[in-house]
Amino acid sequence: MNRAIYARRRAVNGIFLVLSTGAAAIGIIALVLILYALLKNGVGGLSAAVFTENTPAPGSAGGLANAIFGSVMMSVVAVIVGTPIGMLAGTYLAEYGRHSWLAFIIRFVNDILLSAPSILIGLFIYELIVVRMGHFSAYAGMAALAVIVIPVVVRTTENMLLLVPNTMREAAASIGAPRSIAIRAITWQAARAGIVTGVLLAVARISGETAPLLFTALNNQFWSADPNAPMASLPIVIFQFANSPYDDWHHLAWAGALIITAAVLTLSIFARLLESRQR
Amino acid sequence: MVDLALSEEFSAVSSRDAALKRFGRSDTRFRLMTLGAALLVVAIFAGLMVSLISGSWLALHTFGWGFLTNSVWNPVTEKFGAFAAIYGTLVSSALAMLLAVPLGIGIAIFLTELCPRALKRPVGIAIELLAGVPSIIYGIWGLFVFAPYFQQNVEPWIIEAFGNIPYLQDLFAGPPYGIGTFTASLILAIMILPFISAVTRDVFETVPPMQKEAAYGVGCTTWEVMWRIVLPFSRAGVVGGSMLALGRALGETMAVTFVIGNAHRINPSLLAPGTTISATIANEFTEALGDTYVSSLVALGLILFAITFIVLAAAQLMLKSLERRSGGKAA
Repeated sequence: MNRAIYARRRAVNGIFLVLSTGAAAIGIIALVLILYALLKNGVGGLSAAVFTENTPAPGSAGGLANAIFGSVMMSVVAVIVGTPIGMLAGTYLAEYGRHSWLAFIIRFVNDILLSAPSILIGLFIYELIVVRMGHFSAYAGMAALAVIVIPVVVRTTENMLLLVPNTMREAAASIGAPRSIAIRAITWQAARAGIVTGVLLAVARISGETAPLLFTALNNQFWSADPNAPMASLPIVIFQFANSPYDDWHHLAWAGALIITAAVLTLSIFARLLESRQR
Repeated sequence: MVDLALSEEFSAVSSRDAALKRFGRSDTRFRLMTLGAALLVVAIFAGLMVSLISGSWLALHTFGWGFLTNSVWNPVTEKFGAFAAIYGTLVSSALAMLLAVPLGIGIAIFLTELCPRALKRPVGIAIELLAGVPSIIYGIWGLFVFAPYFQQNVEPWIIEAFGNIPYLQDLFAGPPYGIGTFTASLILAIMILPFISAVTRDVFETVPPMQKEAAYGVGCTTWEVMWRIVLPFSRAGVVGGSMLALGRALGETMAVTFVIGNAHRINPSLLAPGTTISATIANEFTEALGDTYVSSLVALGLILFAITFIVLAAAQLMLKSLERRSGGKAA
C-alpha cells in the first residue's frame, strides 16, 4: 500500500517536472524561432542602400534612411525631455514624499501609466497636440514617446534611490550639507548606474513603439528633419510595408525589423550587464 | 586692531548667513522642482483621462449606452457600436492568459527549482529577451511566419479533430484562414509569457528557504513543495503579476493588428477573423472621416482605458499588499 502511494507521488512529480521543463523549452524555442526568422528574412535585405536611401515607392529600389533617422531623432529628443522629469519625480517620491498621501497617489498613477496601453498615449497626444496644431508632426511623436519614457524613469529612479543606505544621507546631513546638495552629490551618485540602466531600458522600449506614433508623427516618404512636419520612423514603416502587397516592401520591412530587434536587444543586454556589475 | 578683528568676525558671520540663506533658497527651489515633476506625472494621467472623455463625448452622446452593446460598426451609415471590439479584446486576452499563465508559472518553477545552476542565467536572460522584443516584431513574425504555418499545418487538423464534438465544433469551425482570434491569442500568449514568469520567479524567491527545506526534510517531492508550500505563500504575487500581464494583453496593439483579421463581426468560431479595440483604433484612426467616426474610435479608447485601469489598479493593490507583507517580515 505504501509502495503504491510512493509510486503515485513519484509519477505525479515526474509528470510535473517534465511539464515545467517543457514550458521553459517552449519559451526558448519561441525566442529562437523569432530570431531565426528575423535573420533569415532580414539579412538578405540588408545592404548599404538600406542605410543611405529613402523609402521607395512600390516597385523601385530604396532603403530606410529617413525612417532610421526619424526613429533615432524622435527617441533621442523624447529621452532628453523625459529623463530629467522622470528623475526629478522619482527623487521626490524617494527623498521628499516617501510616505505622504501625495506620494502614494503619484506612485499609483505612475504605475498605471507604466503599463497603460501605448495606443492610448497616442490618442492623448493626438487630442492634445495634433488637433490643436492642425497637422501631424514629429513634435507630437516626440511628446508621445516622452510620455512613455517618464514613468519608466520615475520607477527606476525611485527604486534605485531607495536602495541607497540612509546612513549616507545622515552622513551628508551631519557635515551640514543642505538636502538638495546631499541628494545631488551623494544619493544620485550612489544610484547612478541603476538610473542609467533605467534610461537604457526606456530607450529600448520606445525605439520599438509603433502604436503611439501612428497618429502623432504619422509617416513621411521623404527625408525630413523638420520637427514641425510628419516624420518617418522604423516601426511605422515596417507596419506599412508589411501590410502592403509588394515583395520589395516586405524585404525592407524584414530588414527594418532586424535592425530594430538588434538595437533593442543590444540595449537591453547592455543595461542588464550594467545592472549585474553594480551588484 | 580690535575693530579689525571685530569686523572680520562680523563679515564671516554675515557671509555665513548669506550662504545659509542661499542654500536654503536653492534647497527650496530643488524641492519644488521635484514636486513639480511629480505633479506633472499626475497631470499627464489626468490629461489622458480628460482628453479621452472629451474626445468621445460626441459618440457617447449620439449612441448612448447602446454604444457598449451594439455590434454594428458601419462607417458608411455612421452607425457605431463597440461590442464586437470589446468582445474580441476580452476573448483574445482571456485565451492568451489561459495559455500563458500555466506556461509562465512552469518556467518560473523550472528557473527556481529545477534548472542546473550553470543554465540558470542563460535561460533567465533568454526569457527576459523575449520580453524585450518589440511588439511589432511579434506582429510581422506572426503575419509572415506563424500564421501561414498555422493555416497549413495546424488549423485543418484542429477543425477535423473537433469537428464532431458538440460545442467545441462551433469554437473551432470554418475554413482555416491562418489569421484570426485564435492566432492572435497565441501570439499574445508568447508576448506576455516572459512578464508572468519574471514576476512569478521573483515572488517564488521571496519564499523563506527554511519553509521549503522543512518540507523537503519531511520527505515531500518537488511537486508537493511547489504546490503546498511555495504557491500558497506566493499566491498574491502570482495573481498580481498575471494581472499586470493581462493589462498588457488587453491593450496590445501591433502584435494583434497584424494577425487578427480586423473584421467587425462576432463569430463563435475562434478561428475566424475578429478585431480588438486597439487593432480597430490602429487601423482606422488615420483614415477615419467625419467627427462621429473619429469620436467613436476615441470612445473605444476610453473603454479600453477603463478596462485596463481596473485590471492594473487591482494588480497594483495586490502587489503592494505583498510588498508590505514581506517588508513587515524583514523589519
